[in-house]
Amino acid sequence: MIISVASGKGGTGKTTIATNLALSLDDAQFIDCDVEEPNANIFLKAKIDKSEDVTVSYPKIDKTKCDYCGKCSEFCAYNAIAVVPSNILVFPELCHSCGGCELVCPKKAVDWNERSIGKVEHGKRDGIDFCHGLLNVGEMQAVPVIKALKKNIDKSRNLIIDAPPGTSCPVIESINISDYCILVTEPTPFGLHDLKLAAEVVKHLKIPFGVIINRDGIGDNNVEFYCKNENIPILMKIPQSDLIASLYSKGIPYVEESIDFQKKFIELFEKINGLVNK
Amino acid sequence: MKQITIISGKGGTGKTSITAAFASLAENTVFADCDVDAADLHLIFKPEIKKTIHFHGLKIATIDKDKCIDCKKCNELCKFDAIRENIEIINESCEGCGVCAYVCPVKAIDMVDRDSGFAYISETRFGPLSHAALKTAEEASGKLVTLVRDNAKDIAEENEKDLIIIDGPPGIGCPVIASITGVDLVLIVTEPTISAIHDLERVHSVANHFKITPVVCINKYDINLDNSEKIENYCRENNILIVGKLPYDNSVTKAMVDEKNIIEYSNGSFSKEIVNMWEKVKERLII
Repeated sequence: MIISVASGKGGTGKTTIATNLALSLDDAQFIDCDVEEPNANIFLKAKIDKSEDVTVSYPKIDKTKCDYCGKCSEFCAYNAIAVVPSNILVFPELCHSCGGCELVCPKKAVDWNERSIGKVEHGKRDGIDFCHGLLNVGEMQAVPVIKALKKNIDKSRNLIIDAPPGTSCPVIESINISDYCILVTEPTPFGLHDLKLAAEVVKHLKIPFGVIINRDGIGDNNVEFYCKNENIPILMKIPQSDLIASLYSKGIPYVEESIDFQKKFIELFEKINGLVNK
Repeated sequence: MKQITIISGKGGTGKTSITAAFASLAENTVFADCDVDAADLHLIFKPEIKKTIHFHGLKIATIDKDKCIDCKKCNELCKFDAIRENIEIINESCEGCGVCAYVCPVKAIDMVDRDSGFAYISETRFGPLSHAALKTAEEASGKLVTLVRDNAKDIAEENEKDLIIIDGPPGIGCPVIASITGVDLVLIVTEPTISAIHDLERVHSVANHFKITPVVCINKYDINLDNSEKIENYCRENNILIVGKLPYDNSVTKAMVDEKNIIEYSNGSFSKEIVNMWEKVKERLII
């Protein structure tokens, strides 16, 4: 079963839920898809033993063949090629590697170079097989790194995916293969507003989902009303607690400190298992 | 005219609450909400929308099944796996490159505009606000950020405003880069957790990469004093000015529930800290 943890709003507790859930299971695979700001391994502390580059291709123009006709530049939807009367410029960080320039070039002047935009790292901790991605600083495109991460999925095992915040392309690429999505929110107007947006995304992708309310008690009851009105299951409520906040700040997963919490996360998993296999 | 963007790397550190509080202090300013994925600033600003602009991101392929001869060339050549074997487009995967339309021998594929969302120009009790909403499961949020910033700049120039305050998105990728390029200062809001420190370092590298001066605010500094000291050391080593150290205070959440910013909600010590921080930011911006 593939369970993804997403949120819309950042900082609601995605990584906390995802890591504590994975640590409560015996034998899970864990993929941190927040390649812009990956934090799961601060809590899981897997020993990284393998790293691979994520590369994307971009056009290499053979200037002995190019006659500066401009067809490639005209075709490129991403403005990654500019042609002036006697020169041609390629902007690799804008290129989406669609291959269109090569197709339209009448002189067969387009070949391909590879460049690194990030990396995927693998590691192990107890029973957990861990991997995360790191987008290089200054790079725009998180999606190719997430796609590279997803190649490591072993479908025979339970998989926990820690998704990035937001509702656009990197989130969709992270959660689109899930059997179930946990949306983590906090009981505040910002939390509710972004929960509604995230719920639209998972509904659009036709993924069954439920909500975890984190820091319960800090705001109002509107998240709960919303979930009840929309028939969205509230899977768990985690109260606002100085102890939990303090453990989080130090990078300590709270299931390591409390058997009770571990039990709650095992129950959470069983509940989701029941919902998925209904 | 100056521009400042509030960013954080890690989400949920307090970007929007701080932007909203500055709104009560900044004079002759235009505001822009560039977290177009999950925009929240309007919940406090309660804007009156004056102008709505349709936003078309990248184009999208549509197939005329009556013309299609099932040659599968489009399926073979699509680098985004956006065309199924039965020649159906997967909308969320299409990046609008146009390769399929180009290779189709019977011209069964058209590249059409995608309704990706809306940009808005609004009036608020703090001044003009440029904001946007990206439609569900749409791409090109970087492009929409650029549109929001262009709109803010136009309003600022027309009305001779001195400053644009931009509420930025989390992360370090495309929407963040679009939110910070060309601004005069970034305010990085962090908190004393190992996760936030890790993210501060990465987002600081992005600011460096684009040669933008950063200043830092440590929010909830008292939830872990050891980690706050680590942030202060990091800032000292990297010559970053710390403009504010804000304590954990639940009145920030209470103000939010009340649809107010903290300055409007309370004149307590937290609000005074925000005022001090704003003075330091102004000094740095030279306004």
